[in-house]
Amino acid sequence: MYQGIRISGFGGQGVISAGYLLAQAGMMEGKEVSFFPAYGAEMRGGTANCSVVVATDEVSTPIVSTPDTVIVFNEPSLAKFEPMVKPGGLLIINSSLVNSKATRKDIKVLYVPCNEIAGELGNAKIMNMVALGAFAAATGAMTIDAIAKALPKVYKKLKPEVIELNVKALKRGAEFKLN
Amino acid sequence: MAEKKLMKGNEALAEGAVRAGCRFFAGYPITPQNEIPEYMSWRLPQAGGAFIQSESEVSAINMVYGAAATGVRCMTSSSSPGMSLKQEGISYAAGADLPIFIGNVMRGGPGLGNIAGAQGDYWQATRGGGHGDYRTFVMAPNSVTEMGNFPHKCFEVGFKYRIPSMVLTDGLIGQMMEPIEFTTPEIDPKTLTEPNWAIGVNKGREKRIAKSYDLREGFLELMVNERVKRYKQIEASEVMYEEKMLEDAEIAIVAYGISARVSVAAMKLAREKGLKVGLFRPITLWPFPKARLVELSKRIKHFLAVEMSLGQMVEDVQLALNGRAEVHLHAKPGASVMTAEEVYKTMDAIVKKGAKEYAAAK
Repeated sequence: MYQGIRISGFGGQGVISAGYLLAQAGMMEGKEVSFFPAYGAEMRGGTANCSVVVATDEVSTPIVSTPDTVIVFNEPSLAKFEPMVKPGGLLIINSSLVNSKATRKDIKVLYVPCNEIAGELGNAKIMNMVALGAFAAATGAMTIDAIAKALPKVYKKLKPEVIELNVKALKRGAEFKLN
Repeated sequence: MAEKKLMKGNEALAEGAVRAGCRFFAGYPITPQNEIPEYMSWRLPQAGGAFIQSESEVSAINMVYGAAATGVRCMTSSSSPGMSLKQEGISYAAGADLPIFIGNVMRGGPGLGNIAGAQGDYWQATRGGGHGDYRTFVMAPNSVTEMGNFPHKCFEVGFKYRIPSMVLTDGLIGQMMEPIEFTTPEIDPKTLTEPNWAIGVNKGREKRIAKSYDLREGFLELMVNERVKRYKQIEASEVMYEEKMLEDAEIAIVAYGISARVSVAAMKLAREKGLKVGLFRPITLWPFPKARLVELSKRIKHFLAVEMSLGQMVEDVQLALNGRAEVHLHAKPGASVMTAEEVYKTMDAIVKKGAKEYAAAK
């Protein structure tokens, strides 16, 4: 099993922490993992992206150039990363902020209104968890439970009720199914 | 077994140094290595050591120069432009036979370049960088685990042979996170015996001086030649490398650090497509594993250097092989990372060109 993931969005949308969380969850499930943040001169409002690999074998390179899955949180990320998705791979689009549709026909596309769902749950910050929930359910690369267990390791200062809210967001995301 | 932990490469390097007995760090901030001083700023006081954020790279290297003269395990770190500033100090430490430990997390160059990972400082690291005839023991980790374990070897070699040592890495390995496993023993510096050259409180023993000069006629030559003997011992006994799938290989990729990671992916891709490719990874860049390359060249006729520079390490491959095999280059300068597909295409071209030449000769 090999899953190369790219996550991209505005700085502040939780791109980097979502990637870190996936790597932590994969490691706790006994997989080989790597996480690489693109650390350009990014700031809040700029663009940020990261590479995550979760695999059963040794990870050769931590830079994912042909991702199995791409998650885009904003419009500029769609234009940049859609062409990179591996044929047959998965593209998850945050349809709350991305108005364009994917143009490729050789990939699977999942539209998830991450911000709206996070808003319904009462905390805008957990919109990245909605996307991760959708990712886990659509790929089967990882369980919601594994991501939930990794939460306190990555967000060490989160109160139990906030962790619970993150788990709710993961579950809401997992309800989105591929057609 | 202890619980696995995800760690950034830079943090692993810092923790690895502390575990190897480092108790003094001086440095000046520069991306992409800032996690090293940040980590040291709280970790060293916790371990009973001292951390100084100096006013410049030049003062940091000279603080470390002074600390090493007292026999303390000490470290400084920087990234490419900052490393250029430290070169004078490194030359002085080499001249005074002091085992300072340096981390260089390479970024794009020349000049201010950019802040992404690169491998353009190979010549600077392995050829001296500063003025005068000297060597630096240079190790190139390719994972977070190696970042955490190599400081131990650097201090060991540094103190045994009295030579500056360096971990030469890049912004990619520095910034990426992987599960880490520390395999080297934790060293309490209090258990180490004071070297017989360390300056300090002179309790009736002979006077000791740490200096990089001798103005008396003929004496500098003696001093340098004595050092050369130690360099030869290092070349004979401290070479490290790793090999993957070279047994039946027709092409050997030669790559270090992050380029070696991408090369593993390229090797797997090539094997899937029927090309017999293996990987030779120098772990010590000086001493460079020349003898092993010569051995391999008895069977392998194509060597492909893959590096994120205009082509620097490739010259060490050429020097080692000295015409015994074809040496090719896949260069990726400008702080950009090659992909496995690109490296595969280069290898495919080498094989096809070889077949054409073979057909033409027939």
